[in-house]
Amino acid sequence: MYRYDEFDAAFVKERTEQFRYQVERRLKGELTEDQFKPLRLMNGLYLQLHAYMLRIAVPYGTLSAKQLRMLAHIARTYDKGYGHFTTRQNIQFNWPKLKDVPDILADLATVEMHALQTSGNCIRNVTADQFAGATAEEIEDPRPLAEIIRQWSSLHPEFVFLARKFKIAVGATPHDRAALKYHDMAVEIVKNEAGETGYRVLAGGGMGRTPYIAHMMREFVKREDILAYLEAVLRVYNQDSRRDNIHKQRIKILINTIGPEEMRQRVLREFEEIRAAGTLQLPAEELARIAAYFAPPAFETLDDHSPEFEAALQDDDFADWTASNVHRHRAPGYAIATISLKPVGGVPGDCSHVQLDALADLMDRFGMTEIRVSHEQNLVLPHVRKKDLPAVFARLRELGLATANAGLVTDVICCPGLDYCDLANARSIPVAQKIAERFADLDRQHDIGELKIKISGCINACGHHHAGHIGILGVDKKGVEFYQLLLGGSGAEDASIGQIMGPGFGEHEIVDAVERVIDTYLKLRTNGERFLDTYRRVGMEPFKNMAYQEQLYAAH
Amino acid sequence: MPLIKAGTAAADPYAAVADEAPLPEGPTVVSLTRFRKDRDTLLARNTPLGVRLKSDESPEALGEDVARLSLIVLEFPKFRDGRAFSWARMLRTRLRFTGEIRATGDFLYDQLSYMTRVGFDAFEVPETITPELYRRALGEMSNVYQPSADGRKTIRELRAGK
Repeated sequence: MYRYDEFDAAFVKERTEQFRYQVERRLKGELTEDQFKPLRLMNGLYLQLHAYMLRIAVPYGTLSAKQLRMLAHIARTYDKGYGHFTTRQNIQFNWPKLKDVPDILADLATVEMHALQTSGNCIRNVTADQFAGATAEEIEDPRPLAEIIRQWSSLHPEFVFLARKFKIAVGATPHDRAALKYHDMAVEIVKNEAGETGYRVLAGGGMGRTPYIAHMMREFVKREDILAYLEAVLRVYNQDSRRDNIHKQRIKILINTIGPEEMRQRVLREFEEIRAAGTLQLPAEELARIAAYFAPPAFETLDDHSPEFEAALQDDDFADWTASNVHRHRAPGYAIATISLKPVGGVPGDCSHVQLDALADLMDRFGMTEIRVSHEQNLVLPHVRKKDLPAVFARLRELGLATANAGLVTDVICCPGLDYCDLANARSIPVAQKIAERFADLDRQHDIGELKIKISGCINACGHHHAGHIGILGVDKKGVEFYQLLLGGSGAEDASIGQIMGPGFGEHEIVDAVERVIDTYLKLRTNGERFLDTYRRVGMEPFKNMAYQEQLYAAH
Repeated sequence: MPLIKAGTAAADPYAAVADEAPLPEGPTVVSLTRFRKDRDTLLARNTPLGVRLKSDESPEALGEDVARLSLIVLEFPKFRDGRAFSWARMLRTRLRFTGEIRATGDFLYDQLSYMTRVGFDAFEVPETITPELYRRALGEMSNVYQPSADGRKTIRELRAGK
């Protein structure tokens, strides 16, 4: 993985001191809260319902064992013993004190971590496929480019006071695990007809109150031109975006107002100028230098069939876990293992300091150098020897981290909601928990198959409800929490925006409604159809008829 | 309001003129509206001329006349409005403007180094921001990752020993 050199290390250290000075001035009253707010947000510090919340960047979702231990230390020392992994591969702590935050950042800097630009109206932490470097599907590892973008976007002087936040993701596989099309800008690593590797750039996707799927900006950007192109998009956005209505200031609104073709023309003009100036050209040596940090570990030459692994499949629990949480690896005899942070009854994405430390120990024991965070709020062990899988599973089970539900109905994406968040209208965690309890039976989950439920406690959509096969949106109706159901969304390569079914459900009705929708799917599906496929084939009507059944009876 | 120019306290030789007021002798700053209305008269005067742009006014609106101006003042109506960062950058790199780019309005100590990087070289500051503080702001981060209008060596160039 990437290692800081003297320049990166000095940068993060100085940035910490810069923030320390800002906090000092805030505590002395030299900065008003209004002035301090964008400054603290650029360092990931929110003021939430009950306390400050610090969001720490996990660039492109990659962590070392040493970094996990530091996160455990922070959870233990400055917080209430746990952290929460987010849908943008970050981790947030819900209870730090303002005066401690500079010290937390200084601790993080010792393990090459920071909270730079995890919030605020700037270029946010860059995300990537959690299977990067491990999946056989990819053209190349997307993380070197993500790291180059991280550096380019760090305190970019022109783009730290944008009209709104700006999120970038990088992918390199036909199967999109990074929700590229829902990002302000996305880079897809592709090959052109001549077989050269380059980048397809999309822009204008987003969730929130006005969801949009990203538009194609340019089919093929040459490797050396990529930063010039990204800077061109940002410059057009910074210059031309509205600034008079906070709800209309994302790049998705600009692009859909002027039209994608006009946007492409404006970007092209900037792009050609930046390219001609030459200062942002990315030399091949630089890309190669960064890519070298991400070279895969030296894989042993193994037979893809592992007798130890196959014998362990006799155990039903292990077999269930393997079926949902283990994915094919690029190297024979290896596998990718997803660690679900969605135990029945737990808070999706939460991880305790004990678990964080124990995972670091597990990595050391099996010689793993990296662990990943996924946007679905799970962790991933990218390179596991198949023969080690039974022992890894056994240890995960002891830690309460072996829930066999990756990609299944109880693997719910969920925002913190009204339990923590200042913006929320409704609680989302209890709904996720009730769904997990209702569908706890693993055989039933495996029978239902791939089904992505995503829950947001307000229209800002941190829980990605628009992109859920089943989305749930919490709303406040005259002081009472209601939940709208959306069907047919997808954040993958077949991205689509979920459609609202109709009137919302009460807190005590929503899980029943979800169950009726799923039962309807089970009746209607044909061989091999996922929930999403069935919905796309039959439409909303059959689901709607069933979902409101109880309300209809009640009305008669 | 005190003026910091090229890092030190400086006197402001320019008189700001309202759109309807008569033109005074000597260096003058006018709005874009006034500039458009009295362009020929203004450019014919043998004295430095500045134009003040609102945050939604692109310097490209000045066209070729940019080269004949000595000063461009960019307004920050709210410190959160970051458009002027791109306008300054455009003035330096696309329009090759070599005169003074001055910031006015609502901006913070914490933005001074970004502003300097994109091409601002003069700041109308509140009393609380002294030239010493300005220099402190510029020294907070020793190195930078991106090329900008200040021509500073980037970390990538430093790594390559350039």
